[in-house]
Amino acid sequence: MKDDRRSETIRYVTGALVSGVLTLLAFWVVMGPDLARPVRLWVLAGLGLAQIVVQLRCFLHIGWHSRREDLQLILFSLVLLGLMIGGTIWIMGSLAVRMH
Amino acid sequence: MSGTAHPGLNLGAAHGKARDRSEKGAFGFWVFLMSDLIIFGILFATYIVMLPARAGGPGPETLFDLSSIGAQTALLLASSFTYGMASLSMKHGGRRAPVALWLALTGVLGAGFITLEMRDFIHMAGEGGVPSRSGWLSALWALVGLHGLHVAAGLLWIAVMLALLALRGLNDAVKSRLLLLGLYWHFLDLAWIGIFTIVFLGGMA
Repeated sequence: MKDDRRSETIRYVTGALVSGVLTLLAFWVVMGPDLARPVRLWVLAGLGLAQIVVQLRCFLHIGWHSRREDLQLILFSLVLLGLMIGGTIWIMGSLAVRMH
Repeated sequence: MSGTAHPGLNLGAAHGKARDRSEKGAFGFWVFLMSDLIIFGILFATYIVMLPARAGGPGPETLFDLSSIGAQTALLLASSFTYGMASLSMKHGGRRAPVALWLALTGVLGAGFITLEMRDFIHMAGEGGVPSRSGWLSALWALVGLHGLHVAAGLLWIAVMLALLALRGLNDAVKSRLLLLGLYWHFLDLAWIGIFTIVFLGGMA
């Protein structure tokens, strides 16, 4: 990534614009068209994930050129997060189904 | 070493000591941010598990106001951008005034976010949506409230940095703290993406 002032400014502006568009799309999906709830939820999840990636890239400057231990820290935290969130929802969801 | 030293905006080689100092601090701060992320993640998981636990209490339709959520989202996104501009004027300009100006603007936008959020919380409580009403509401207040507390702490930090800028100018210590505050502030916007998507838009979908 180039780090002169011009290209860094462009990166922030791009990040803000793309995030803004993704946010507008997310609100539009809920307030606008007549879609089934599962479809809306999947579209929302995709838009949210896309915006997180854009902000990680453009605002937090995370890339494959980040120093190795920092990147490993972030990836390890994401693995933990996935295990804990996924595991919680899986176990509690399964429990809820079996209790009914 | 050329290129990127740590995730986040790097001070260029021209900043010498401030750059070395910020690299050590940045790794420790990322450890903090990632443990904070785990806390948010667990609260998200709790929230999703608690979704059906309404106990006959009020639901999203009566409690949520999407136009207010949209305004909060816009304010926080704009403040993330203005913080980026503060970082860039620190890195490339090196003069105190533009940095302080962008920082103050970030603070104003953040304060606007908190004001709207407080109004929403008061509205929810007025509709009977207090945390003790149902499991869903406990999880909601814990998750959104924790994010609000983080933003409030960030505002305090911004005020401290503005005072330090006024008193000491852009010295090495101030520069590396501004970088860390930047990571923190952008991270809060990331957490908010999860909140408005899962809690508010997901609740109204």
